[in-house]
Formats: sequence, structure tokens, C-alpha cells
Amino acid sequence: MIHYKSVEEIELLKKSSLLVGKTLAEVAKHIRPGITTMALDKIAETFILDHHAKPAFKGYGGFPGSCCISINEVVVHGIPGNQELKDGDLVSVDCGAVLNGYVGDSAYSFGVGEISEDKKLLMERTKQSLYLGIQAARPGNRLGNIGYAIQTYVEGFGYSVVRDLVGHGIGTNMHESPEVPNYGKRGEGIMLKPGLVICIEPMINLGKRYITQDSDGWTIRTADHMASAHFEHEIAITEGDPIILSSFDEVERVINENVNLTK
Amino acid sequence: MAKQISIEQDGTVTESLGNAMFRVELENGHVITAHISGKMRMHYIKILPGDKVKLEMSPYDLSKGRIIFRYK
Repeated sequence: MIHYKSVEEIELLKKSSLLVGKTLAEVAKHIRPGITTMALDKIAETFILDHHAKPAFKGYGGFPGSCCISINEVVVHGIPGNQELKDGDLVSVDCGAVLNGYVGDSAYSFGVGEISEDKKLLMERTKQSLYLGIQAARPGNRLGNIGYAIQTYVEGFGYSVVRDLVGHGIGTNMHESPEVPNYGKRGEGIMLKPGLVICIEPMINLGKRYITQDSDGWTIRTADHMASAHFEHEIAITEGDPIILSSFDEVERVINENVNLTK
Repeated sequence: MAKQISIEQDGTVTESLGNAMFRVELENGHVITAHISGKMRMHYIKILPGDKVKLEMSPYDLSKGRIIFRYK
């Protein structure tokens, strides 16, 4: 069942999403070669708790961390652990927070130190595809239009879209109907209506689209061990332009300040 | 956090509809119609109501499935 949100609910979702944006910025401040993913997770958790919210991922389906930190060939759902970041890593940080009962969910990919040209382009284009997807999210379009916009853009560069993981509706639960694939055909899927709040999250692989899951039940890797990037925005569909509830402003400001991050 | 779409699911056959079609109740409670995969038909694998089966589904149409395995 799809729950269309009222203006008040969207306002609350925006607050949660902005907090997630700030959390990502806080994590970005501490990214440097040598830091463990566990330490970054701790920073995110403390930051969320300090702002009277709860980490949305902790315990969701048994996930042990407060955010998913996925390095290089790990697409998403990387469990924070003792792994250290290295120069040249492409790290995606996906974070969620529950504030006043409403969930915010957003993700950003960072380059640690100097990353290769391939990865840099992959990051830029994945981010661009996210915004193209958002532009397609208007009333009158269908869900497939979003996927089509993302897919055609990235496949033009020879990248591929992960099929087995999709975006999702969001509200008081982290995963609600509908499922928002990052691939598709124009005019397919449900009609988009004002009040629908969804997370669009393109997961784009440098190589083939096939993925494998580790025995821990979470970590998703690309089958060909090539890098993968992941960006996520939470958006609300309105009569006119879609509203982006989460924000990358803070994160991008930090990226410019932190010398350990690729600009 | 990205949501995982489940492509393969398990279910129990509730009714045989003929034409190699079956009504299957999934573990999550949904009832869908499913047909046997060609490979299973080639090998004359018979399916009866009550059998536990593995289904393949497409994210585009959640009301139909394809039976790809019959559990013992």
C-alpha cells in the first residue's frame, strides 16, 4: 500500500533528512587514509544520538552498524568493521536517522586522497544520474521514467545499473512501497502523484551489473570486483518540481575543506 | 539503505489450473499464478497441490511467477 504524505509529514521527513545530511558531513570531516570504518560508524552514531534521533539502520533486519560504509567493489550494505581506508579508495557512506518517528535516508560517495580518473568520473556521473532521476520524478510521469532517465544516462558511458537493489518509498518505515528501480522503461510502473516520498539511489558499477552477496548476509559486491558508486536523495513529489528533502550542501562544503577527500 | 528485491521465493501450490499453470501461495502470504519452467516440463516433473516449490518472479509483475524447482 502506498501512503501519500501530507505537507506536515513532508516537513517532518525533511527535518530527518537534513539531519542525515549533517551526519554525512560530520563523517566526511573525519575521512582520511588509515581510519577504520568502525570509527566512522561511531562518529555517525554519536552525532545522530546527540541530535535526539535514532540511527535508522541499527538493528534493521539485524544490521549491526548505524551506517553502511562500502569501499570500492562493495556496492552497498558494507558492515563497519576494522577495515582501514586507503588512499585511492572510493567509499560510499549511506546513513539513516529516525527523528520524531520519521525516517531520513541519504548516501554519498567519497574519494579518499587521490583516486583514479575512472573512479572520479564514475562518481561524478552517478551523482549526475541521481539528479536526472529526480528531474523525471514529476506528476504525470510514471515510476519507470525515473529509472529510464538514470539508466540511459549511465549506460551511455558503458557503466551498468545494479538490478537487484532498488530505491524505495519512505515515511515512518525505512522501506515502504513502491520499489523504485534505477532502470526501466518510460511509461511503466505506477503513476507518480503529489505527496509521494521516495528515495532514489542509483548504484552504478564501472563494470558489469552482476553482484554477489557475502556470507555475512549484507555486504553486496560487484561480481567482477570493479568499483561501484552510490548516491541517494530523499525526495517528495509535488505539483511542480520535486523537492529534495535531504541535502548535500553541508557534505560538499566539508569536501572542499578536507584535504583528504577528492574534490 | 537500498532495498533488496527478492527475485526467488518459496511457496506452496494450492490449486492446479491446468495448462501447466498453478495457483501458489507465497511464504509472505500473497497468492499468485505461476507456470512451470520449460526445463521442468521437458523433464516431466509433476507438480501437485501441496508441493513446496521455488519461484522466480519479475519485479514488474508481482502477480505472476515461474516455478523453477519442486522441493522433495
